[in-house]
Amino acid sequence: MIASALAAADTAESLKGGHFPILTALILVPAFGAVVVGIMTKKRPEFVKLAAILASVFTGALSVWMLASFKTHTADFQFSSHHEWITAWGISWHLGVDGISLFLVVLTAVLFPLAIIGVDPHHDEKQYLAWLLLLEAGVMGSFLSLDLFLFFIFFEIVLVPMYFLIGGWGYDKRVYAATKFFLYTMFGSAFMLVGIIATVFLAKGSIGHVSFDLVEIATKGNIASNTARWLFFAFAIAFAVKVPMFPLHTWLPDAHTQAPTAGSVVLAGVMLKLGTYGFLRFGIYLFPEAARHSRAIFLTLAVIGILYGAIAATMQKDLKRLVAYSSVAHLGFIMLGIFAFTSQSVTGGVLQMINHGVSTGALFLMVGMIYERRHTREIAKLKGIQTVAPVFAAAFTVIMLSSIGVPGLNGFVGEFLILIGSFFTARWWTVVAASGVILAALYLLWAYQRVFHGEPDEENKTFPELRWKEGMVLLPFIAAIVFVGVYPKPLLDRIEPSVKSLITHGGYYDPQPPSAQPAAEDGTQP
Amino acid sequence: MIGADLKFVAPHIDWFALTPLLVLLGGGLALLVGAALTPRWPKRMYAWATVAVGIGALVMTFIQWHQVSKHGTKVLVGGALSFDAFSMFGTITICVGVILTALITDDYLRREGMDGPEIYGLYLMAALGGVVMVMSNDLIVLFLGLETLSIALYVLAASHRRRTESQEAGIKYFVLGGFSSAFFLYGIALIYGSTGSTNFSKILAAFDNVPAHRNDALVLVGVGLLIVGLCFKVAASPFHFWAPDVYQGAPTPVTAFMASVGKAAAFAAMLRVLVVALPNWKDDWQPVIWTIAVLTLCVGAISAVVQTNVKRMLAYSSISHAGFILIGVEAAGHVGGSTRTGMSSSMMYLLLYSVLTLGTFGVVTLVSRTGDGETDLSSFRGLSKQKPMLALALTVFLLAQAGVPLTSGFIAKFGVIQAAVEEHSYALAIIAMVSAVIGAYLYLRIMISVWLADPEATDDAREPVRVPLSSGIAIGLCVAFTLLIGFFPGWLIDASNHVVNVAHVPAVAVSATP
Repeated sequence: MIASALAAADTAESLKGGHFPILTALILVPAFGAVVVGIMTKKRPEFVKLAAILASVFTGALSVWMLASFKTHTADFQFSSHHEWITAWGISWHLGVDGISLFLVVLTAVLFPLAIIGVDPHHDEKQYLAWLLLLEAGVMGSFLSLDLFLFFIFFEIVLVPMYFLIGGWGYDKRVYAATKFFLYTMFGSAFMLVGIIATVFLAKGSIGHVSFDLVEIATKGNIASNTARWLFFAFAIAFAVKVPMFPLHTWLPDAHTQAPTAGSVVLAGVMLKLGTYGFLRFGIYLFPEAARHSRAIFLTLAVIGILYGAIAATMQKDLKRLVAYSSVAHLGFIMLGIFAFTSQSVTGGVLQMINHGVSTGALFLMVGMIYERRHTREIAKLKGIQTVAPVFAAAFTVIMLSSIGVPGLNGFVGEFLILIGSFFTARWWTVVAASGVILAALYLLWAYQRVFHGEPDEENKTFPELRWKEGMVLLPFIAAIVFVGVYPKPLLDRIEPSVKSLITHGGYYDPQPPSAQPAAEDGTQP
Repeated sequence: MIGADLKFVAPHIDWFALTPLLVLLGGGLALLVGAALTPRWPKRMYAWATVAVGIGALVMTFIQWHQVSKHGTKVLVGGALSFDAFSMFGTITICVGVILTALITDDYLRREGMDGPEIYGLYLMAALGGVVMVMSNDLIVLFLGLETLSIALYVLAASHRRRTESQEAGIKYFVLGGFSSAFFLYGIALIYGSTGSTNFSKILAAFDNVPAHRNDALVLVGVGLLIVGLCFKVAASPFHFWAPDVYQGAPTPVTAFMASVGKAAAFAAMLRVLVVALPNWKDDWQPVIWTIAVLTLCVGAISAVVQTNVKRMLAYSSISHAGFILIGVEAAGHVGGSTRTGMSSSMMYLLLYSVLTLGTFGVVTLVSRTGDGETDLSSFRGLSKQKPMLALALTVFLLAQAGVPLTSGFIAKFGVIQAAVEEHSYALAIIAMVSAVIGAYLYLRIMISVWLADPEATDDAREPVRVPLSSGIAIGLCVAFTLLIGFFPGWLIDASNHVVNVAHVPAVAVSATP
């Protein structure tokens, strides 16, 4: 009795985050860091960099602490933080984290310090760091918000730092790419904003008052299914641009290629996930019936994305552009998993969001390193790097294999879960999508072969080996790749309850109980 | 039945309730006469005197706001003016506009070697006209206010005597403005002809009282003409053609004044006329406003894309903002709605936009350098290197105008979109948001010039941009306000919700949560 009461109290305590508003801190620490960096003097750049690193590392430490105290086997939002903000409009500062957002938050918090430490912007470092920290705060806020208004604010605010990062520190066509990125995403958000407001007012009837609270609207707001389809569509446009789904993807290759390395890492690592995460957290959670209704469209677009991204990647001459197109393909897999609506496929989708963040983030880092050394990213100009820089090549190989989805590395777990989960509910789409796995091997291995194999020519003979600092930055990526590939259970344990609850909430059926799955890694419910 | 029992007594004048008006009038006259009779005042004194008058009027307005919330609404001067939260909110917007414009103008006039009291006197007179428009409860009074404001603006537009563009702007504005005033006046005549009164309360009552005598055709033509006149003043499409030329030619602080005070007064008047006086004809005017709103949004956003002069760009941006406010006006027409968020969101938009545009033009004033000619996009090149804080301020204003969250611009847009969606005007909301995306390109282009464009050889030869004290204060205040509202808009939303209680209209419950 006493023990269970204590346990309950303990749970309640930890659900509140032990009175320390850890989620608020996750947003405010980088935001505060950005302001501090912004007002620091330019004359002592080493202090500026130190402040930025401290802010981002501290955020990372907070996220790890959060991860450590996260309760498994529960689908509830944890560490919730709820404060009135704009009472006149029924808007509150409502944050919470569950299995779906948990690892995205951790990924964000870990990726930023690595990007800050690992990449040198070459000029105006102070502004650059301030924008990066602001971006971190925005991305963090988007993953943590449980209020539609709050989410929109963060979702939209990330455009500004990213715009300046691409425009200020990018490559030749940076202004074009930055503008395109900004306008495309804003176009999507335009529909979402109207959708959000309409949702709130339509839900007002059954809730009784105006509320932008996600959970309240999803559980109490009764919106006619006919209307819900339109609203889902409005949300879906915003997220589809962000993912990006074919045919709204055209901003991505430009933005990724022109962005500075840290920008690309963050863009691929976490920002694209705002789209897929948005589909799960907002689109499907709010309008499950509408999502099911339009699943054929999204599955088809996802599969087109997989094939198109892979084929386009094969054709690229620029290594960075190749990685960018590979993102289109990978995100297609995630969308396939999400819209197959089985707990396995969605769990795989969530896991694959993390995997893609890790492996593509690392790939962009390495492409950035290649550019630093050779001042070109053109595949044709690179040759035989393996001979002169074997460790560099080894690191690249591991990351590339993870991206391809080789068993034993993280990409395999995610893709496998997606494919096996989707096979029951979206068979033919899955069959076609599976060929994307092979295409991934084709474009990445072929690129690897051209860049790393062979005899280095005159220009590549002096290609410097991986430096200590670079190795230290890549090490966490490689460790994560191997760890998730070998032992994904800790992640799946935390992701799955929330996914299952989402599936139940949506009224989707699971074709087979997970325990009957033969090879679902360790993703079974205990 | 409302207003039917309103007795016509010899106008009793509640002088205390008129203090905001009287302070502006007295201050303006004192400034003009005093400055004419005394030797040249030391530098900044004209401007600071204007600021003092503005602050005085502002303080009186707040006192009256308190009176309204304590004792309720009433009409003044025999029903000519209305005394309600709507008037006070509009007056606050106008006073804020005067104060900030005076601060910006101070440095401008001395830089151009034209320092003197006249421009400030005209600002105060124009503000007086604006306040009369905001408070008006009678079409004739409204017209008086409109003319006071407009005539002052014509002179202000032409006030840079050495710039031919300024003269051109003045003449253009005058001729076209005269036309629109004529339309407006004719509209008043027709409304009078059909309803038998120019008083808002009586126009409102005429619909119910004597439907048999009501001559609908006359009223409808009258309403149409009134809309033409008002849409000209707010620069709504297709009556916007003067705006880019006049905005570009007029002295930059005057442009700021036109875009803030002029627009706020005209929109407040439009709300008064359409929502307070003519709600019974809403079925007729609402589609018109809908169409004009859509046109204005599209024209403002799309034409801005091809411009290269920043003042012209901002003129088109001002047109597109007018489109957004029209959405609020359209939503306010749905009187059937439980609350009138359309009205409060429009008024809030006006206040927020006024501050934004004043800040933006404040920066443009500084960048335009001596001669007020450097307003091409290229003039902004390298501003981030030369004056990073100024560049940052401009960026905040531009992002806010684009509607990026955590700025006042987002709250303003959110308000009107919310009002539209609440009344199920989904199409209008979507068109507005998409046009905002197109419009954002304009702001991005200016930001590119400021932050990202590569410097050219000729840049070093240009006069450096200076940030003098008064302008610095004005721009600083605008930035602070823009961000403050972005983060904590609650109090302003609550305040603006009070404006729906207009004198002489059946009171609508002020709702904390619309």
